[in-house]
Amino acid sequence: MSMHKQKNFRMLAVALLAMGVTMSAAQADDDRDERYGEKHGGKYGGENRGKPLQPAQTNAKFQKECSDCHIAYMPGLLPAESWRKVMAGLDKHFGSDASLDAQDNKEITAFLVNNASNRWNAPTAPLKITETAWFKRKHDSHEINPAIWKNPQVKSPANCAACHPRAERGDFNEHDIRMPK
Amino acid sequence: MFRIFYKLGLVFVAVAGLATQPAFAETPNEILASIQKEAAGTPGFKGFSAARGESFFKAKHGGEWSCASCHTENPAALGKHAKTGKVIDPLAPSANAERFTNPKKVDKWFKRNCNDVLSRVCTPQEKGDVLAYLLTIKK
Repeated sequence: MSMHKQKNFRMLAVALLAMGVTMSAAQADDDRDERYGEKHGGKYGGENRGKPLQPAQTNAKFQKECSDCHIAYMPGLLPAESWRKVMAGLDKHFGSDASLDAQDNKEITAFLVNNASNRWNAPTAPLKITETAWFKRKHDSHEINPAIWKNPQVKSPANCAACHPRAERGDFNEHDIRMPK
Repeated sequence: MFRIFYKLGLVFVAVAGLATQPAFAETPNEILASIQKEAAGTPGFKGFSAARGESFFKAKHGGEWSCASCHTENPAALGKHAKTGKVIDPLAPSANAERFTNPKKVDKWFKRNCNDVLSRVCTPQEKGDVLAYLLTIKK
């Protein structure tokens, strides 16, 4: 084996080993998720976010109206029934009046319901994304040091963008997570 | 045949162009005038007062928040949502040319924010006083 070939071989070996380690870590994570949901029928007990989170075709009104006070949380984060409840109670929206006129409400509700989570099997319909089983599992103390939540830059678990820089685009890729110091 | 499609296409582009214009774009003074028209119908109306608007804006009306809780004591500065921390663009028209140019948006936010601050709708007098105050603010 020439020097050049040997070097290539070594790089390949390192790459394969790295892939193996990453994959087994992901596998272990998946196994834990499966165990979490075993008793309840489905991953996260059937309280699983949908895929994709944001449909290819978004809705301008949804994008505009829902991002005035917070990021426009993607429809796939909750099941259809949750969105119906959220949109029916906008005048008392987590402590603020976020009411819309009837026509805008109808259009945005339809968009959210039509693109809601497609992997939600549980009969539950929480109002808060942070109360869903997948959210809790992905943000439990195994994953995140509880002190992070108290950081003033985080302020609230509803503030996705504090750690997920591309949250506004529906990108929560865990390789991009930046925890505030 | 192609010409018909071409012409239809042009018509479509023209209509789409019109539709993307903000509906009923107005100036803040025109919006103030329409609030005044509403207020004029109430007994004892003697015009708007910027000074009254300022104290209304900065006062808590028996609740947790004032207008200034989110828009800050200086409406020409950036504000911050009291709950979510999201940045709010300046409210004074001198600092933000988009403010008070869309009656639908003005109605929507007066309804929401008066409910949050006062637990009721605002009167035309109160709305006019606040807008009169905001219009006196220099950048």
